[in-house]
Amino acid sequence: MSLDAIIIGAGHNGLVTACYLARAGMKVVVVEKNDWIGGAAVSRSLHPGFTYSNCSYVSSLFRPEIMRDLDLPRHGLQILPYEGGAVLTRDGGYLAMFRDHDANRREFARRNPRDAEAYDRYARDVLRHCRFIRPLLMRTPPDPSRFRPRDLAELAWLGRKVMAMSEEQIAAMVRFWTMSIADYLDEYFTDPVIKAYLAVSAIIGTALGPMSPGSAYVLLHHYMGDVDGNVGAWGFARGGMGSITTALHRSLQAAGGTVRAGRGVERILVANGRAVGVRLEGGEEVRARRVISNMDVKRTLLTHVEAAELPGDLRRQVARFKTRGSSGKVNIALDGPPRFTALPEGAPMLKGDLHFTDSIERMERAYDDWKSGHFSRDPFQDMMIPTMIDPTMAPPGKHFMSCFVQYAPPKIAGRDWTDADRDAFGKTVIDQIEAHAPGFRNLILHAEVRTPRELEAEVGLTDGNIFQGELTFDQLLFNRPLPGYAQYRSPIRDLWLCGSSTHPGGGVMGAPGRNAAAEILREIRAPATMGDAYAVL
Amino acid sequence: MSDPRLHYRAPLLRTPFHPRIAEANVLNQWGAWAGYTTALALQDEEMEYTAIRNGASLYDLCPMVKYRIMGPQAAEYLGRLTLRDVVRQPVGTVRYTAWCDDAGKVLDDGTLFRLAEAEFMLCCQERHLPWLLDAASGFDVAIAEITEAVAALSLQGPCSASVLRAAGLDVSALKPFAVTRQEFAGTTLTLSRTGFTGDLGYELWLAPEAALPLWDGLMAAGAPWGIRPIGSNALNLARIEAGFIIANADFVPAEQALREDRPRSPFEIGLDWMIDWQKGHFNGRRALLAERDGQTSRWALVALDIEGNVPAEGALLYHGKTREVGHITAAAWSPATKRNVALASLRRPWDRTAADDLWAEVYALRELHYVKLMLRARITERPFFAPARRRATPPEDF
Repeated sequence: MSLDAIIIGAGHNGLVTACYLARAGMKVVVVEKNDWIGGAAVSRSLHPGFTYSNCSYVSSLFRPEIMRDLDLPRHGLQILPYEGGAVLTRDGGYLAMFRDHDANRREFARRNPRDAEAYDRYARDVLRHCRFIRPLLMRTPPDPSRFRPRDLAELAWLGRKVMAMSEEQIAAMVRFWTMSIADYLDEYFTDPVIKAYLAVSAIIGTALGPMSPGSAYVLLHHYMGDVDGNVGAWGFARGGMGSITTALHRSLQAAGGTVRAGRGVERILVANGRAVGVRLEGGEEVRARRVISNMDVKRTLLTHVEAAELPGDLRRQVARFKTRGSSGKVNIALDGPPRFTALPEGAPMLKGDLHFTDSIERMERAYDDWKSGHFSRDPFQDMMIPTMIDPTMAPPGKHFMSCFVQYAPPKIAGRDWTDADRDAFGKTVIDQIEAHAPGFRNLILHAEVRTPRELEAEVGLTDGNIFQGELTFDQLLFNRPLPGYAQYRSPIRDLWLCGSSTHPGGGVMGAPGRNAAAEILREIRAPATMGDAYAVL
Repeated sequence: MSDPRLHYRAPLLRTPFHPRIAEANVLNQWGAWAGYTTALALQDEEMEYTAIRNGASLYDLCPMVKYRIMGPQAAEYLGRLTLRDVVRQPVGTVRYTAWCDDAGKVLDDGTLFRLAEAEFMLCCQERHLPWLLDAASGFDVAIAEITEAVAALSLQGPCSASVLRAAGLDVSALKPFAVTRQEFAGTTLTLSRTGFTGDLGYELWLAPEAALPLWDGLMAAGAPWGIRPIGSNALNLARIEAGFIIANADFVPAEQALREDRPRSPFEIGLDWMIDWQKGHFNGRRALLAERDGQTSRWALVALDIEGNVPAEGALLYHGKTREVGHITAAAWSPATKRNVALASLRRPWDRTAADDLWAEVYALRELHYVKLMLRARITERPFFAPARRRATPPEDF
């Protein structure tokens, strides 16, 4: 029996690629180093009765076209939209966000009447940018340096999209792609808390501060998803983020594919310049017509491919691909709901995202700590309690809390993280919550603290970068991951990339995996039935 | 609700008239309008419409967005902001107006009340505070959003003047688009001869505390003329007959459009008559001048008379039954004119060249089964319904 493809890594993108290929009749095996599947879309039970979303924790970007193509709802996938959120302020107040348009306007008006009415203008402008960028998600970027008909056609398609815009819009778009979120928000709002809330999406997972140029684009990256057509909305995967990869796994099995978990790849085997298979830890060799890596580009090419198989220049270029880690995660099992002194009894904000950073200035100071090689002393948190909505992740009355924390550098002052550093990081996070919710600490049954060290060691994300490479403009579109290699092919024939290092990048989106499958199917001239991304509005 | 943080528990506010309307709304048909709970129909939509055209009707206008503009340069500022001449707008008058962005695309239309030399009220459908504040740069004006601070009630119908007289309010000298202040039950009312029905009618503006006494007073005074509260559905039918347009129904306000071809210039929604080219600079003037001189308008707002009796709501329009040239934004069978009428956005030059060969693609629901019809549409005059009584001063008794 000969395999058509080995996919390295049972994360969401690897599984998406595997599903599409298996459905096209290819014989595929996914190999996974961990005993469990999921990559960074993973749910493990680390305390009896609790299911965590250990890494990624919310869903919006995961493409509905993929859910539909791969029949994921039938395999158990369910996305639950959630209600707004809030930022708790140092003066004991809060600013909430609501799904209801008028409630949201009145909430903003509590702080500033002008900002309240400016929000519509802001949302419109961001949506305009979404309308441009969303159709690009499910298309292979053109290679502008080659003159093949398909690249020219794709460039022409892009050109037509740009030319359809007014001069003013083109200018606005280019500014937006290159600006800092702080500057961008200044154009609409004056209230520091409103700006702090809206800036969040621009720094998540990014080794940039809110005042760094390029951070506005990161906001767009987090805004261009949807929950059932509600663009910009976010939701929980019922049962934790691992239910996404579980559904993908079942879909793969239904299509005849398999996952072999528990043994990692030691080497990608290359013969005569072509990838021919992998050697697993322990020495077993598995051969296939092609190897598809869901690992990031650095891990794939620098760690698992023999150095001699790649030109030195290219290796240096790969090494320069920015994967600076910036975030950590604290997952907590709670004996009961935390009580935040600022929030009214029964506040719906508890069902959404809670933040404690009430100004852009404070966010930037948190980033300053990262620059000097330390985790933030006053970190930014995106804190959620999915069990406020999802009944499946904790026993009744008890709660799972997910704290995404920024900033945490890949190394502490140039040296590796120690267990003591990790514990100090966890304590900083828990102390910050305790300050807003006295008694919180006593509710903790179990906590999992994850720094870039743990993210790299367990999930395989180089430097703990959750996007498998930063989402800065120098590393997007036809430059992701490298100029000339943005079409999911690696420099080695029959070795493909399908992870978030490729276009359109990170987040639990599935688009890189789907686009990689499309390229592979195109190469073997298999009938592809995949279409463009659904339209916005 | 004493704690202002708890506003989210009631995302739709109740207007000051809500207690009376809730009592009258036996159908319990409510809709959201600009963050308020409003009645769509209270008891019988057709009877409510008939009250507008036959007797007198009361419609709760509170959700209308209102801004107060005050200051020594308020008139200059508003002249710079809007299309019409405001400096020469007399105190005590109301003007239907519109305002544009720099590209000459309409942001909204609304009514501008000159209440005093240096005091105006601007009423509109959408919210514009950032735009109004930004445009005020360099002018000595103060702008405040006062939607919740002013209650508003629309009294419309051929007997509306009689109702006011019976309630002790004298409007015999009040001309169309004039505004006055009068005492009623111990408070001061602002009373304007304006409305959205194309009929004789008045709008009353007052402090929220005075809302219920006014409602009760008018209902009692109006009983002989069959006064009744009406919902938005009846009003919408009347406004279509009157040929009035609404932001986000007949055009997309420029500040909200995602697609660049959606915004409309005043020429494209029939508001170009407002433009005062002589008054000096105003927002969008340069672009509008270029549009006028270059004849570059792409759309036209037209009134249509459509064959048959099936309302053509949302229908696409075709030239020669094949070429798509526009779409209908509002449509109804008009009881007042016994015509099947519509407002439409039509691509130029088909507003002129397709006049004899224009067709509406209508899906008629006949017992759960859609039947596709191609109905001939003829461009006709707007308004569809314009009775002389709407202008007569002094107003007629009925």
